[in-house]
Amino acid sequence: MSDSCGAPVQGGTIEASTTETVLQGKVLADGTPVGGAYVRLLDSTGEFTAEVVSSPEGDFRFFAAPGSWTVRALHRTGNGQAAVSAEGPGIHAVEIAVA
Amino acid sequence: MSRENVLVSAAWSEENLQTPGVVFAEVDEDTTAYDGGHIPGAVKIDWKTELQDPIRRDFVDREGFEKLLSAKGISNDDTVILYGGNNNWFAAYAYWYFKLYGHQDVKLLDGGRKKWELDGRPLDKEEVTRPTTSYKAQEQDLSIRAFRDEVVDAIGNKNLVDVRSPDEFSGKLLAPAHLPQEQAQRAGHIPSAVNVPWSKAANEDGTFKSNDELREIYAEAGFDGSRKTIAYCRIGERSSHTWFALRELLGHEDVKNYDGSWTEYGSLVGVPIELGSGKEA
Repeated sequence: MSDSCGAPVQGGTIEASTTETVLQGKVLADGTPVGGAYVRLLDSTGEFTAEVVSSPEGDFRFFAAPGSWTVRALHRTGNGQAAVSAEGPGIHAVEIAVA
Repeated sequence: MSRENVLVSAAWSEENLQTPGVVFAEVDEDTTAYDGGHIPGAVKIDWKTELQDPIRRDFVDREGFEKLLSAKGISNDDTVILYGGNNNWFAAYAYWYFKLYGHQDVKLLDGGRKKWELDGRPLDKEEVTRPTTSYKAQEQDLSIRAFRDEVVDAIGNKNLVDVRSPDEFSGKLLAPAHLPQEQAQRAGHIPSAVNVPWSKAANEDGTFKSNDELREIYAEAGFDGSRKTIAYCRIGERSSHTWFALRELLGHEDVKNYDGSWTEYGSLVGVPIELGSGKEA
């Protein structure tokens, strides 16, 4: 990974025994997955931290740190956001509805 | 430096897709987005396989760059419009790289692929081939490229602008939060660096903020306009984005990009490293 910095393809699964603090989930519009949305991870002060593009199945994933985060999705059909609180390492699930 | 000389809007671009002498190029380290649909007529440049030496950690040499641009059908007198994903990071890197090898007329598409997609502008999957050219590159312009010794010497006397996220700057994270965190280098930042995350220079849709907003952001962070400047991040692409804002948009004259960035600095033996927010001092 050290020679790369762009966002990887989203989706798939990772080991649940991870030592990382993972925030992952789907972007949805009326319950239907939205691919190609720009998903932004904002820290507890609202500052931008990272961005990925949701997979065709609407999946996104961040490797963050424990704390309070906001995930915000932008798509040509609409925007939306959700709050997520990660107390510690492990996988934290979150869904974002765009409209 | 006027904004129009270095930056074009998505609207202007859509009107100029067929304009002779204007070449669009999508640049990314992962080119699957291009393959899934690109700006009509745009050629693809793979940051990883085409702009990086395959063995050593360095760029392709002058001759390699000439060969690449010739094969892409880009001429010395073409206006090259660069865009890409990841908020134009790799497009900004390529912009800097085109300048490094002396290309005269290169511009960024403001907002890159994101803005283009959010606007609902057309993308297609047509294979793009352009007639080959005989491109001639210049020797690298080292007035815009910083190397490690220069960076160590700059501690405390030049503006060192660390454009990574606050958590990477403080040493809490080793990479941006969309990537796994297992890395070989030490965490932290170069002493005396100010932290102005690249993202401060961009709006949510990926376009650059206005010059007035940019000036305020850097001034507030302690950027001293009378000093020379070196920007760095982790691998040199986010810092190209900031290098573009400082030199090409705001017109600061002596601004270098340290492409070795944290992956090099954080692996050096014996160099000073600072942890924390850096604001206590």
